[in-house]
Amino acid sequence: MLYRENGQFKTTYRTDQQIFPIVQDKVVILGLIALAVFAVPMLAPEYLFRAILIPFLILSLAAIGLNILVGYCGQISLGTGGFMAVGAYMAYNAFVRIDGMPVIVAILLGGLSATIVGVLFGIPSLRIKGLYLAVATLAAQFFTDWAFLRIKWFTNDSSSGSVSVSGINVLGFAIETPAQKYLLCLAFVIVFALLAKNLVRSNIGREWMAIRDMDVAAAVIGIRPVYAKLTAFAVSSFIVGVAGALWGFVHLGSWEPAAFSVDRSFQLLFMVIIGGLGSIMGSFFGAAFIVILPIILDSLPQRLGIPIDTALASHLTFMIFGGLIVFFLIVEPHGIARLWSTAKEKLRLWPFPH
Amino acid sequence: MAFFLETLIGGLMTGMLYSLVALGFVLIFKASGVFNFAQGAMVLFAALAMARFSTWIPQWTGLSGKLLINILAFGVAMLVMIAVAWLIERLVLGKLVNQEGITLLMATLGITYFLDGLGQTIFGNDIYKIDVGLPKDPVFLFDSIFQGGVLVNQEDMAAAAIAAALVAALAAFFQYTSTGRALRAVADDHQAAQSIGIPLRRIWVIVWSVAGFAALVAGVIWGSKLGVQFSLSLVALKALPVVILGGLTSVPGAIIGGLIIGVGEKLSEVFIGPMVGGGIEIWFAYVLALLFLLVRPQGLFGEKIIDRV
Repeated sequence: MLYRENGQFKTTYRTDQQIFPIVQDKVVILGLIALAVFAVPMLAPEYLFRAILIPFLILSLAAIGLNILVGYCGQISLGTGGFMAVGAYMAYNAFVRIDGMPVIVAILLGGLSATIVGVLFGIPSLRIKGLYLAVATLAAQFFTDWAFLRIKWFTNDSSSGSVSVSGINVLGFAIETPAQKYLLCLAFVIVFALLAKNLVRSNIGREWMAIRDMDVAAAVIGIRPVYAKLTAFAVSSFIVGVAGALWGFVHLGSWEPAAFSVDRSFQLLFMVIIGGLGSIMGSFFGAAFIVILPIILDSLPQRLGIPIDTALASHLTFMIFGGLIVFFLIVEPHGIARLWSTAKEKLRLWPFPH
Repeated sequence: MAFFLETLIGGLMTGMLYSLVALGFVLIFKASGVFNFAQGAMVLFAALAMARFSTWIPQWTGLSGKLLINILAFGVAMLVMIAVAWLIERLVLGKLVNQEGITLLMATLGITYFLDGLGQTIFGNDIYKIDVGLPKDPVFLFDSIFQGGVLVNQEDMAAAAIAAALVAALAAFFQYTSTGRALRAVADDHQAAQSIGIPLRRIWVIVWSVAGFAALVAGVIWGSKLGVQFSLSLVALKALPVVILGGLTSVPGAIIGGLIIGVGEKLSEVFIGPMVGGGIEIWFAYVLALLFLLVRPQGLFGEKIIDRV
């Protein structure tokens, strides 16, 4: 009953083109953000921040980045973990090697380096697509894995390839407690989600989608494939790189290349597929799903009193992920985001659907 | 010189195994247009089945005799792979007919995860051994030609012989049986094949079973060499650059691509590796494939890709 758009008349194009044209949507989203910014830091226990909220925020940021490439531009990437690693390690280098480097700038520099690497490995996408591109991006993944393990310069000559960052502060505020870390991540996520949402609504976003739907036809109507594909790679790897830097700096604190292995790439791709290809909202759904599911699977059997060892639980997680991927591809190719919008559509007509 | 030759032969042996995995990719891609990411998982699954059944069968039935048990275990593992092929066709691919390649690729990624999880749930996740009685002792070759000869593992030679036999058997199967002819027809043109009454869905089950067979052979050889463990699934990912190099639609391409990558990565590891810190084996194959894609996207023997609006 509450979810109605009756009486909300649009008199200008501006109001018609808002991100959330329905007032109720806007209220709910603003309420959610307010809840996340003000209420959650005060109420949530420490475990919740460490195990769920911070990973969820950072991975949804990475998923947004990947979604721009896979969901909007239709270029598959299995190298996301590698681009995250580039972001994390280059941010680390900027942070340690330059005195007085602010953390935010270091993280953004990490994103910028990831952009360069992303564009470099995106160049083959001009000639190849789909399956072939999967292998090309896999090359990026394995190459960066190796580079950060073996080339000592990247890890500031640490012997094992693991690096650590401590004592980060933003504009004079030390980021120490989980709640502060959470707020830092939240700020990044809000800014980048808004940015991404606006990008995909703009002309460049429409070019990406045209390339995704049929690249030859898009080229015929005057869209430059080179420009569209490379910008998608650039924007995507920038966001992914920032997420990687956050993952290292804020979530892990100290890390090694294994934190950004090929499994991470697959995990992010799964988030995007399950959450919804071509949907910013879907990236959040997917990230939430994939962060929370293993935790539930770990704790549920104990709650129910069924003894299950951790190895079996992790195998079951594998099976459930795999099964869900196939399920979503067959039943709902647009993922949870699509279910969400179907539900909203139903709600608008309820209780008189005809 | 001897060292170079040993490295070369070692590379050829590894390449042979890559070829075996790549062969499965090519068969499936030709017949159904699916880029089967799960081939590596199938290798692991098949190897696990083989390893476990070869210990379970004596326990359950009290049979003895290594040869008999191995043959039985191979047979049972093959049945398992046929069941997997049938289920994949029924539950996944049959429902995704006419979807884009990228969707199918992601579906096989899901299958990969499912098979990895299922295999380890059913068969356990320890490191298992497969002992099919391949000779283990190293031998020296070319003693007479130069000093010291070349050290070659007999196991590798047996594996190469098995792989060659498999390829020959598959070639004969495709060339001389009516099922093989139907498979080739489907690979050539789906619609034409269907219009003359070839049942597409059954053909797909057969193709996936044949790919499962190739995976089983690769898994047995690899498992007897290195032990059956989860990393097998990751090593099998190397078959991706192999098929890219050789061309997605070409069986000889898969074999030659596998050999090139096997030799290339061993030689580069030994001769270039020390200059850059070692370990370049993990990316050499992918970067080689990437560079190759820039020059010749269709691969060495692949059909030229033509786009139409």
